[in-house]
Amino acid sequence: MSLLTGVGARPVGAPGSDKAERRDRRRWLPYLLLLPGAAWLFLFFVVPTIQLGATSLYDPSGSVTAGYAMTWEFSNYPDAIAYAWPQILRSFSYAAIATVIGIVIGYPLAYAIAQKAGRWKNLLLVCVVAPMFTSFLVRTLAWKTILSDNGWLVGFLRDIGLLGDDGRLLATPAAVILGLTYNFLPFLVLPLYASLERLDYRLIEAAGDLYASPTRTFFKVTLPLSMPGLVAGTLLFFIPAVGDYINAALLGNTNTNMVGNVVNSAFLSRQEPPQGAALSFLLMAIILAIVFAYVRRSGTDEVV
Amino acid sequence: MRRWFADHWVMTVGLMVLLYLFLPIAVVAGLSFNRPSNRLSYDFNAFTTDNWTNLCGPADLCDAVGRSAWIGLLATVFATILGTLMAFALARHKFRGRSLTNLLIFLPMATPELVMGTSLLALFTAGGLQLGFVTILIAHIMFCVSFVVVTVKARLAGMDARLEEAAMDLYATPFQTFRRITLPLVLPGIVAAALLAFSLSFDDFIITNFNSGNTVTFPMYVWGANQRGIPPQVNVIGTAMFAIALLLVLATNVRRRRGARVA
Repeated sequence: MSLLTGVGARPVGAPGSDKAERRDRRRWLPYLLLLPGAAWLFLFFVVPTIQLGATSLYDPSGSVTAGYAMTWEFSNYPDAIAYAWPQILRSFSYAAIATVIGIVIGYPLAYAIAQKAGRWKNLLLVCVVAPMFTSFLVRTLAWKTILSDNGWLVGFLRDIGLLGDDGRLLATPAAVILGLTYNFLPFLVLPLYASLERLDYRLIEAAGDLYASPTRTFFKVTLPLSMPGLVAGTLLFFIPAVGDYINAALLGNTNTNMVGNVVNSAFLSRQEPPQGAALSFLLMAIILAIVFAYVRRSGTDEVV
Repeated sequence: MRRWFADHWVMTVGLMVLLYLFLPIAVVAGLSFNRPSNRLSYDFNAFTTDNWTNLCGPADLCDAVGRSAWIGLLATVFATILGTLMAFALARHKFRGRSLTNLLIFLPMATPELVMGTSLLALFTAGGLQLGFVTILIAHIMFCVSFVVVTVKARLAGMDARLEEAAMDLYATPFQTFRRITLPLVLPGIVAAALLAFSLSFDDFIITNFNSGNTVTFPMYVWGANQRGIPPQVNVIGTAMFAIALLLVLATNVRRRRGARVA
């Protein structure tokens, strides 16, 4: 069991030869602990990603039953983009808009819990996570009910004239963006809260004492200090939002389809795996590029 | 009034956002007591408790829930073991290849489920593996491991290593030290990780959708039922999941607070 604590490997008045043996064990021990998990992640995360890349280069004229030939078909990529560029653009713009809305409503929430809630802090934090306990699909279907044409929300918006008499919410881009914002908001609020919770309130008071306006204090003190949480939160929000297709499928219509819907149909209904793989691989490449650019730009350089 | 608003607007906005987060939950809970006027109507029609008493009424619903629970349980056990071992290695040992290991753990959390789901499907197709229970389980263990590592590692990092050293100084054997000191201290982290893994597995749709073949889990059931009309019992399951998880969280919170008071 000293394998687990790692403490037992420390020499506790052991004789010399025993000590050497223990030091030796200590060297291969971490690898032994890592092996099962790392092997699993390698076999079922790294290898599949490579296979996805390979599938995206298969000869598209094959079929699922007859199999596909590897022909290094790089033209699959331009073909897939030509086929699905509106959905690709939509994925990134919907996710970006949802992220901005998420920051605008999530920041006050995280700030309120971290700095203003006092002894209610833990309870409010539970309230942020609690909605996620209900199944993702069931929650999204509940939005379908709320936004439906004969629901109270549409009725109210029609009454006050914000919507035309035949205006609707369901099956619009607004509904999809609202769903994305809703489903991923806790991922943004939690890291942001963690950053704001560590923020020393005296710094804000000091800025006020030095005649900084509240706005100036926010942009010069609060925001920079919460940057690590904001960066982590936006990424945890944006990444799943780009790849999501459930909100588009349940709350939108065919004009709001995102790239996930195309990938889904390529693999599961249209039987064109090379196209689906190309789009999926492309999505991963773009997201990785965005993540690295974003982390570098808003990372430690600017924060410090 | 202006003064009050200046002092409290952040909290007011925060509470309104919480209201937004809870709105669909209220709808789900409400609809779980609804007797719909027809199969495709989701409007509140009449109050009934039939959905709660006749939970397994809709064909295949309870089978799907049971299957999800089984997969969740197995995935939790495997992922918790694999992830806890990795967390101990990372928190307690110096070794070459640490940053590579960290990257391997971080990447599955930063990759959209769409990409992981399609990757696994590509692999299983290429390897000629029959899609079903086993492929779902493999996938669920994979995406749960990283979350377990992060959770347990955080707990280990916050632990005072001197407690273990003190036990050793007092002539406890390595096994006794682990059994009496390390395990009790790290156990809350492992339990939290296991609960997280179970809820991730139970609720997963996107990855499962690509790798399930004809096997129907609870989210797959909901997805399929969406085409032909959702039975109100689905809302019962949603409400029950919410209530059980909330009770668990509150119970651990109260226990922790009581523990803190004693200490």
